[in-house]
Amino acid sequence: MCLAVPGKVLDIEERDGTRMATVDFGGVVKEVCLEYLPDIQVGEYAIVHVGFALQRLDEESAKQTLELFETLGMLQEEFGDPWETAAEANGTLPPGSEEALR
Amino acid sequence: MSDTTDLRMPSVDPASWTCPAPLYDQSRVVMGHGGGGALSAELVRDVFAPAFGGETLAQLGDAAALSLGGLRLAFSTDSFVVRPLFFPGGSIGDLAVNGTVNDLAMSGARASYLSCGFILEEGVELDTVARVADALGAAARAAGVEVATGDTKVVEAGHGDGIFINTAGIGLIPAGVDLRPQRVVPGDVVIVSGPIGVHGVAIMSVREGLEFGVEIESDCAALGPLVDAMLAVTPDLHVLRDPTRGGLGAALNELATASGTGVVITEREVPIPPAVANACAVLGLDPMYVANEGKLVAFVPRRHADAVLEAMRAHPLGAEARIIGEAVADHPGMVVARTGLGGTRVVDLPIGEQLPRIC
Amino acid sequence: MKYIEEFQDPELARRLLHEIHATVTRPWALMEVCGGQTHSIIRHGIDQLLPAEVELIHGPGCPVCVTPLEVIDKALEIASRPGVVFCSFGDMLRVPGTGRDLFQVRGAGGDVRVVYSPLDALRIAQQNPDRQVVFFGIGFETTAPPNAMTVHQARKLGIRNFSMLVSHVRVPPAIEAIMRSPSCRVQGFLAAGHVCSVMGVDEYPELARRFRVPIVVTGFEPLDILEGVRRTVAQLERGEHTVDNAYPRAVRAEGNPAAKAMLEDVFEVTDRSWRGIGVIPGSGWRLSPKYRDYDAEHRFSVDGIRTREPAECRSGEVLQGLIKPHECEAFGTLCTPRTPLGATMVSSEGACAAYYLYRRLDITPAPREATPVV
Repeated sequence: MCLAVPGKVLDIEERDGTRMATVDFGGVVKEVCLEYLPDIQVGEYAIVHVGFALQRLDEESAKQTLELFETLGMLQEEFGDPWETAAEANGTLPPGSEEALR
Repeated sequence: MSDTTDLRMPSVDPASWTCPAPLYDQSRVVMGHGGGGALSAELVRDVFAPAFGGETLAQLGDAAALSLGGLRLAFSTDSFVVRPLFFPGGSIGDLAVNGTVNDLAMSGARASYLSCGFILEEGVELDTVARVADALGAAARAAGVEVATGDTKVVEAGHGDGIFINTAGIGLIPAGVDLRPQRVVPGDVVIVSGPIGVHGVAIMSVREGLEFGVEIESDCAALGPLVDAMLAVTPDLHVLRDPTRGGLGAALNELATASGTGVVITEREVPIPPAVANACAVLGLDPMYVANEGKLVAFVPRRHADAVLEAMRAHPLGAEARIIGEAVADHPGMVVARTGLGGTRVVDLPIGEQLPRIC
Repeated sequence: MKYIEEFQDPELARRLLHEIHATVTRPWALMEVCGGQTHSIIRHGIDQLLPAEVELIHGPGCPVCVTPLEVIDKALEIASRPGVVFCSFGDMLRVPGTGRDLFQVRGAGGDVRVVYSPLDALRIAQQNPDRQVVFFGIGFETTAPPNAMTVHQARKLGIRNFSMLVSHVRVPPAIEAIMRSPSCRVQGFLAAGHVCSVMGVDEYPELARRFRVPIVVTGFEPLDILEGVRRTVAQLERGEHTVDNAYPRAVRAEGNPAAKAMLEDVFEVTDRSWRGIGVIPGSGWRLSPKYRDYDAEHRFSVDGIRTREPAECRSGEVLQGLIKPHECEAFGTLCTPRTPLGATMVSSEGACAAYYLYRRLDITPAPREATPVV
């Protein structure tokens, strides 16, 4: 459920007494209702669902999450490659798929 | 479920069902019948083909290949009902020429003559008609094809949508060229001529009130010159298809079904412009099923693949051509994509028109 | 798109998978609650890459799938009436009611329109004052605030020709119902990230404690899902059962207070029937008395509808994670996306449709030799 995508607030204006914004989704710009994020500022990112900004996207958290991922799995190389393991287990991946990952 | 064909097109006797029939049994036309997916295919298979008969139609190519007076002719027709009539990068006039010209090009033919029928709605501005006609004429000149005959009808206000156009075209198929899905063999290389989804997203952007920071324009174009460049490498291309309605996903499925081979594509090799990917993400659509104009997908014998790709890239309409996959002996009739993470998924024939999802 | 592409990175996915493979020592059954997560898992082939010990059970979090047949039939009835413009999110149009769907209503002359946002429906009402405009208000806690705001606006602006057919559902009562089921196999939950963006996580600690299951708030991109799995498995391996947030960039503990206040004002909690599952107490929202004038069920008399559900359809068991879609006898034969028997085969994130679209290769016992890809 709930296809929601992160977009950057470009500008904010009142329309018919409703707080609206133009929001940039990687070069795609769409009108979004800001009533639920009254204090969001231009330049911030919001999670948008069916034309409504529902939550502020915390850029610092995003950065930390990615940094955490960078530190994972470093010591596990000895366990073998998970793709190969999974492929052997369920027979879904033909050999040669390694190239497809890079 | 012993055989994949059963899975694709379940053949069940509706009379034997004990439960309320699902919505298979449509008594009226729904939009999906024109969507280029499974419903469209059923309409042709169950209603039109049996009514018309004829071996030529039964081949169900984009264009019919005819023998007439010792000549091999390609003959095709297409109808255009796009809204809005004018969109970024083109209009219904451009589509009306290029759609038919490209159907002919997919059989290797260069279009020579077009017919053009207008169905106008009472009340539409004459100026609009003139602008569409101008665009159509300009597109015909650009494609090197002559509009040789035409017709106009007017329907009452409310019984049309401004302007509908039908065009038909004929052209000569060069000697030695035989492009049919049945010629595809395992090992053939699948090439797409450029970024996909651009036309459909350009149209949707107008309908859905999307704006693009970077310009997204329809890539509507006549593909004859690109096909000529490919055929100059070798007349032995196996099949060409322009992935219009239903997008690349539908085109690959049609070819897999008609050829009886499987198709494997590598998802990250499929050229999808960021703006298309992002618009699809916002609207909940899959770029694989978004319409294209001015693009083609080719199944080429492996030994010619590099040379054909090089020739395509040397042409402006194929500058971003890419090898995206191959025909395989496994899973006949089925298209399988290798995902960016290394998993696999089936790319199915869309049912009807693609619906934006919220979830 | 920023904050999407980074979370699809194959190299980081590899690291997460290494970590999960290294952590898991025995079989675990996790449920991803949300259909959007199911879609992403199947779409990217994530389940194929996980250790064999980790089983993902696809939960009931597809609003299209669980909207009760009775409500679909009411929608079809209202949409068929002259003078009505019936607006819906796209994915509801193909959901079968008793004998027909919204596409067929449109084919028979009904004015059925696909909208991207409920505000689009309100705009249509403003532009067509002589028509009754009805919006099909379905969805979980994510979609409820936009729909609530739309009803609130309609009332504020006095748009009298607008109403909403409401069938909202709430996640926590569904989790509780699943855990109470005697045949429940679920040992940990990936909670629906965007539901929590709105509601926060207050409702989950009690559930985690009572049923001794880890509940990890999880996002939708491949790395988010892998991180949710990693954290859930880590808890299970340690014998813990707490609420954890693996999607902090979009979820705060308190959720969105403005949205929650609006939900409180516009809706009231009600029992709700879930298609294929049955009535779950307190699992729904309906319009509160203050907004009853904007309730389409109130405005249009649609009582006395008789529903019929195909007997073969086992979507209820699929939705509860009791069987996998392909274990249903009708799967792929009687029941396909083209001819759906149940809603799980309709929505692209319904578990059955996701299996049919993306997984037929694996579950079709066609022997094949590996072919290197070009």
